[in-house]
Amino acid sequence: MRKLVTSVLAGIGLTLACGTSVYAQEKSLTIFWAEWDPANYLQELGNEYEKQTGVKITVETTPWADFQTKAFTEFNAKGSAYDLVVGDSQWLGAASEGGHYVDLTDFVKENQVLDKMAPATVKFYSEYPGNSGKYWSIPAEGDAVGWAYRKDWFEDPKEMEAFKAKYGYDLAVPKTFKEMTDIAEFFNRPDQNRYGIAIYTQNQYDGLAMGFENALFSYGGELGDFGTYKVDGIINSDKAVAAAENYRKLFGFTPPGWTNAFFVENNQAITEGLAAMSMNYFAFFPSLINEASNPHAKNTGFFANPAGPGGEQFAALGGQGISVVSYSNNKEEAMKFLKWFIQDDTQKKWAALGGYTCNKAVLESAEFQNATPYNKAFYDTMFKVKDFWAVPEYAELLQQLNQRVYPYIVNGDGTAKEMLDALAKDWDATFKKYGRGQ
Amino acid sequence: MITPLNTSSRAASRGLSDISIRNLFIIPTIVFLIVFNIFPLIYSLGYSFTDFRASTNAPANFVGLKNYRELLSDPYIWNNFAVTAKYVIVSVLGQVVVGFGTAMLLNRTIPLKGLITTLLLLPMMLSMAVVGLFWKLLYDPSWGVINYVLDLGKFQWLGDPKMALYAVAFTDIWMWSPFVMLLSLAGLSAVPKHLYEAAAIDRAGPFYTFFRITLPLVAPILMIAVIFRTMEAFKTFDLAYVLSTQPSTEVISIRLYKMAFQEWQTGRSCALAYIVLIMVLAITNIYVKYLNKVKER
Repeated sequence: MRKLVTSVLAGIGLTLACGTSVYAQEKSLTIFWAEWDPANYLQELGNEYEKQTGVKITVETTPWADFQTKAFTEFNAKGSAYDLVVGDSQWLGAASEGGHYVDLTDFVKENQVLDKMAPATVKFYSEYPGNSGKYWSIPAEGDAVGWAYRKDWFEDPKEMEAFKAKYGYDLAVPKTFKEMTDIAEFFNRPDQNRYGIAIYTQNQYDGLAMGFENALFSYGGELGDFGTYKVDGIINSDKAVAAAENYRKLFGFTPPGWTNAFFVENNQAITEGLAAMSMNYFAFFPSLINEASNPHAKNTGFFANPAGPGGEQFAALGGQGISVVSYSNNKEEAMKFLKWFIQDDTQKKWAALGGYTCNKAVLESAEFQNATPYNKAFYDTMFKVKDFWAVPEYAELLQQLNQRVYPYIVNGDGTAKEMLDALAKDWDATFKKYGRGQ
Repeated sequence: MITPLNTSSRAASRGLSDISIRNLFIIPTIVFLIVFNIFPLIYSLGYSFTDFRASTNAPANFVGLKNYRELLSDPYIWNNFAVTAKYVIVSVLGQVVVGFGTAMLLNRTIPLKGLITTLLLLPMMLSMAVVGLFWKLLYDPSWGVINYVLDLGKFQWLGDPKMALYAVAFTDIWMWSPFVMLLSLAGLSAVPKHLYEAAAIDRAGPFYTFFRITLPLVAPILMIAVIFRTMEAFKTFDLAYVLSTQPSTEVISIRLYKMAFQEWQTGRSCALAYIVLIMVLAITNIYVKYLNKVKER
């Protein structure tokens, strides 16, 4: 019996000793992100960091559907499971006001992040409240909504001839929403199981909002005044109404049943040869140039969101910034990682691995722009992006947008003016409820 | 009066007394239920009277009945309840008709009866999310099998706001009719054969036999199936969420999920959860009263 007790105690002692020594030796950081390819690229970049510094980087992922819920559940519990999080730009308000993110204002200024990164990305991924000069993250994965198209359909001499005869100008990559609408109408041939365009319509999260924003911003419309929270007269302006009407018109040229479409469905529209053009985040374009996943890879081209009738050209922002979690036990190490992450060389490696860098120098380099068929369109887009509200109650605003915009776009209920007037009222009431702009 | 524990039972003779059984099984179960069911239930009741948001570190402020008042005067919420009610009626009615009909067919001597019954039970063994994704493909207007088989061209099952709810309900009927069938089969097999023999001697027709013998005797067990399926249909989330994003299919559970985990309106969503709970309890009570009446007949 005595032998048994001695052995057990010795075993426990040995385990504790080993555990302690391992703990003492290994420094590690855990980064939380959604489950997708860029997270794997970040893990590879993290492995590089480990080689240089000995600090182990683990990128922990969860499916997109759980991402927000899991992150905020951990934040609310003040858990230290994650040292850094690559969070959506909309989270900035909730995460900063909730005290979940470390204030990176000094870090941003000391390390010239504003000079290093594309200005729009710092504005929307890092700054909250808008124009406050307070920063909560570093732009990590730049992304925006762009377009893929079937080059072979566009370059078919017969199609080009027929298009010119019908519309009076050459069939080419659309430079305006008017041209894009014409092309969508031209290629919309249900009898041939061929359709004009694939757009976002899913209203479970921000799919429909991002799609609608692509039209809204290029038409010169705005969601509201981010400083005063005034929305009436802005979200329901004439420009916004025209944008909604055009988005509704484009919906008429989508494949049948395109009522629940987001990034998966819109890539399928190209891979299945269903649509001439398809809206999607740049982050999902790599699979479209891979012949294993897209039989039309060689014939797939890409372009930036076109301009509206007034010549303005913007796109809805996707992507995420990387933030230090307030409850992390390794905040100092996390800051060191960020310092390494923003270096030009690291950003170059990040882009080479497949990550969408926001680094100005890398984005402007010919090497980056020629690396893939969509990098040029990405570069064109990242300097003219705009985003959704980032206030803590953004999800309520998003839900209200979905409740108003979806029935008009997808089911054709009411008019664009009625729909946007109602949305302005909803948003106004929500801002009043939270005491904003009073 | 408290009955003393019987320590000299057969279990005790095998070395496990009633006290041990209580300590090993009953107490852990009660503790589990208190920690994971009762405590959250009471805790969330408290939150339902506050403006608490789980995404912030702000303290919860007591707002009285404001959440309940606002929810009950929100037309969107009432629309969600109307959608849920329609879904429950179509889905449960469909399951009872199909399930009971299938049970009637199986309640006779047919070859491979065991195998057929097992195969018919397969849908309800599948995951709801998998069934949703599977049927989403079947319903697809471009490459779905249903339109191809029925020669319906590009008919939009999920894209049409008027059709979408029926399509979701149909999938639920496909999945859960076997459950009703199983219970009905148990009820049918318990009907004494001599009653049918007596009816046959009296030259009773099939309708008379069905309505005067089969249905009344199976009704109690059928009512249990209806209670279970109504409660489940009222709480439906997965199928409707995966299959469609039409506002016409946004049942109350989906709205509750969005309110709680996307909008982080924790206090308000707790209040909505309580409204749903009260409604489910009320409906179940009506059913149980009816069930007792049926039993008394």
